[in-house]
Amino acid sequence: MTILGKLIRRKLSLFGLLVISVTVLAALSADWITRYAPDYQPFEGLTLEGAPLPPNGQFWLGTDTLGRDLFSRLVYGAQTSLIIGVVANGVSLLIGSLVGIVAGFMRGAVGAILMRFTDLMMAFPALLLAIVLSAIFKPNLWIVAMVIAMVNWVQVARIMYSETVSLAERDFIEAERSIGASRIRILLRHIAPHLLSSIVVFGTLGISTTVLLEATLSYLGVGVQPPTPSWGNIVFENQSYFESAPWLVFFPGFAIVTLALAFNLVGDALREILDPTLKGRH
Amino acid sequence: MSAETDQAMNQRAILDVRNLTTEVATSEGSKTIIDNVSFQLAQGETLCVAGESGSGKSVTSLSIMGLLPPSARVKSGEVLLAGHNLLTLNDRQMQDVRGGDIAMIFQEPMTSLNPVMTVGAQLVEAIAAHHGLRGSAARTKALEALDAVRMSESKRRLVQYPHELSGGMRQRVMIAMALSGNPKVLIADEPTTALDVTVQAQILALMNDLKRDFGTAIMLITHDMGVVAEMADRVVVMNGGSIVESQAVMNLFATPQDSYTQKLLEAVPQLGSKQGEKVESEAGKPDRQAIVEIRDLTVRFDIHGGLLQRPVKRVHAVEQVSLDLFPGETLALVGESGCGKSTIGKSLVNLIPWTGSIKIGGQEIAGLSSVHMQPIRRNIQLVFQDPYAALNPRMTVGELVGEPLIIHRLAQGGELTDRVAELFRRVGLDPAMMDRHPHEFSGGQRQRICIARALSLGPKVIIADESVSALDVSVQAQVLDLLDELQAELGLSYLFISHDMAVVEQISHRVAVMFLGQIVEIGPRDRVFENPQHPYTQRLLDAVPIADPARRRTDRVLPTGEVPSPIQSLDYVPSIARLTDFGGTHFAAIEQEGAD
Repeated sequence: MTILGKLIRRKLSLFGLLVISVTVLAALSADWITRYAPDYQPFEGLTLEGAPLPPNGQFWLGTDTLGRDLFSRLVYGAQTSLIIGVVANGVSLLIGSLVGIVAGFMRGAVGAILMRFTDLMMAFPALLLAIVLSAIFKPNLWIVAMVIAMVNWVQVARIMYSETVSLAERDFIEAERSIGASRIRILLRHIAPHLLSSIVVFGTLGISTTVLLEATLSYLGVGVQPPTPSWGNIVFENQSYFESAPWLVFFPGFAIVTLALAFNLVGDALREILDPTLKGRH
Repeated sequence: MSAETDQAMNQRAILDVRNLTTEVATSEGSKTIIDNVSFQLAQGETLCVAGESGSGKSVTSLSIMGLLPPSARVKSGEVLLAGHNLLTLNDRQMQDVRGGDIAMIFQEPMTSLNPVMTVGAQLVEAIAAHHGLRGSAARTKALEALDAVRMSESKRRLVQYPHELSGGMRQRVMIAMALSGNPKVLIADEPTTALDVTVQAQILALMNDLKRDFGTAIMLITHDMGVVAEMADRVVVMNGGSIVESQAVMNLFATPQDSYTQKLLEAVPQLGSKQGEKVESEAGKPDRQAIVEIRDLTVRFDIHGGLLQRPVKRVHAVEQVSLDLFPGETLALVGESGCGKSTIGKSLVNLIPWTGSIKIGGQEIAGLSSVHMQPIRRNIQLVFQDPYAALNPRMTVGELVGEPLIIHRLAQGGELTDRVAELFRRVGLDPAMMDRHPHEFSGGQRQRICIARALSLGPKVIIADESVSALDVSVQAQVLDLLDELQAELGLSYLFISHDMAVVEQISHRVAVMFLGQIVEIGPRDRVFENPQHPYTQRLLDAVPIADPARRRTDRVLPTGEVPSPIQSLDYVPSIARLTDFGGTHFAAIEQEGAD
């Protein structure tokens, strides 16, 4: 696989790939690599005064205010964050691409209606919309994923729309029409393959946005509900102890930033590797 | 050149390039793209650097200006401007030289001008940078600069934006900006390639005047041997990054020494090359049935604007054009950009909405649905201008050539492969290359692929829309030969849409000249070229640069106006020119006033 090879050859994207692989592996093997269940409160998890423990040999990243092992919570939280990242982003990619490509290809009334609807969605503050949706549906992992998808598809739709429009005006599409190719054939054989690289890039870049939005929602209390850990709600639960137990905010915060960065690095590298203008002409 | 004149030359030389070698970093290590290039440019002299694409002529000018992209660098050599080596200057010092002692103008004036600044503001900025003038003094100087390049209504132009000007006017602004620093050397990189031929003639005349009036040395980079013959005092011919020949212009055209130059000059289509040769006109024979009959074809586009996207203006692209194309003939449709010639081509394959009547092989195609259009498409195929853009870059060329056969359900499986291989051989390509992608081919090969694709359905008519104008002359000649061969063998009819009069003279049987959406003259090639009736045809022919310095015209009177626009208000009713018969199927609209 040449694309993977190219990703590995670049230092930055190699770093991104490593971070993503470690996170995915950790999330998959959570049951084996953690000593405690994420919601288990061991007796020795708190000092005698009831304060959380800093990182030590037994609790690698310390414990939280309820005495739960922070490492376990982070690893199980990775499951939540990744599921939301992949599922929510996948759904928003699907909706966005569908709306954008159909609108860009059909143009006319259908295109106008679809894109004005997209503009309308765009005009809503994304966070407010997410909060409203979460308030209507009682949030759980899947609902949060859908809420994020509902917010994020708009960006995808806009980009897919403009790419489809500019592709449809390229000479070779006119050449296809002149030999009598049907609209469906033009769309599937001549436009869609060119959009694939954008979709792949969005698939990676979008995950970091999604992970961050989930963290934000959880932080605001309208995301994944406790006791299920997610990186966002770990920060949310512990923010008031930032001064006395900084590790409780630092580690999950670091995890969020690093994973988002990793997906961004890989996404950027993919964009360069898949850019047809870099390899199309000599 | 003898040793003494060489010596004298060196002393007069304002720009002296010595052993310039430039290399570019590639994934396989550094590669030399300019190899040991030396030439001199004297004051008041025009030196043409001629060559085909990839010859290194543009890289040479960028090396001189210190404008190479980051991946390229000058490896060795000297660029002496009045004795000072420019290559040793730092960026800051080089900035003073650029636009000061050396100025440069580029091919595409729209991209070289800032679209959000008025022409005046950009000129004032250039003047302020090099003269230290401000306020009204700078504005006066800007106005002078526009007058110097003979810009019409120069005062009004100062407050206009680049998009409000035509291509020719923009190039005048670029030249005015370049001249505002009183440069000793003007480097012009294909300055007229993007312009219409009548506008090109004006810009070239302007450059000649400026050379005479200000003594500016001009280094003119061009692929067009016609421009070389019209402009050059001396010529440097480049090929593959090296200079193959350097001679005075007369000697170069009369006795080219290098075999590459000889080949290049042979390939150049010469206006007047077919003078005196009669054509057998199919149109003249009474019993012939036209394969394409166009009657009163009209194409108008509305331009939408405002909040409600209502139509605000209308483009009268084609107005009541009637034409016949006979089997086995080549009808050239010529005219300048915006005259509607490509629009006619697209109407013929129903790519755009039109009104009127078009019959192909006797069958009316007005209002046909795409299903009913399908069998007719087999008879009429289009070959586009830019072979780089007209092929889907993600498909193999074999798939591309076979695609029409699949769409029209004419072949599949092994038979399809055989037919595609046959088509490859037919256009002079090796069928073994079927699995490659378009970007692995050269421009000429790609155009052959486009022709193979058009031929796959066995059409009777091929519309060639500027199909050779993006190609280098040597490749152009080969593709034209291929088209000729195919016509002789398959009895094809061509509608050959082109702006290049020399190419048209070479290939066509009949010529139709278009102006503002109407045909102003149509007739057999020899009649139109040797006895043009309409003033616009005469002007068009007169503006074509002739690739022969012995026939250089110094006395011609050039029109200063711009080509009028086909964009009109919504209530505009165009006046339709009536064609007058000059006998022998030669018609011209000479009573029409609108042409001037």
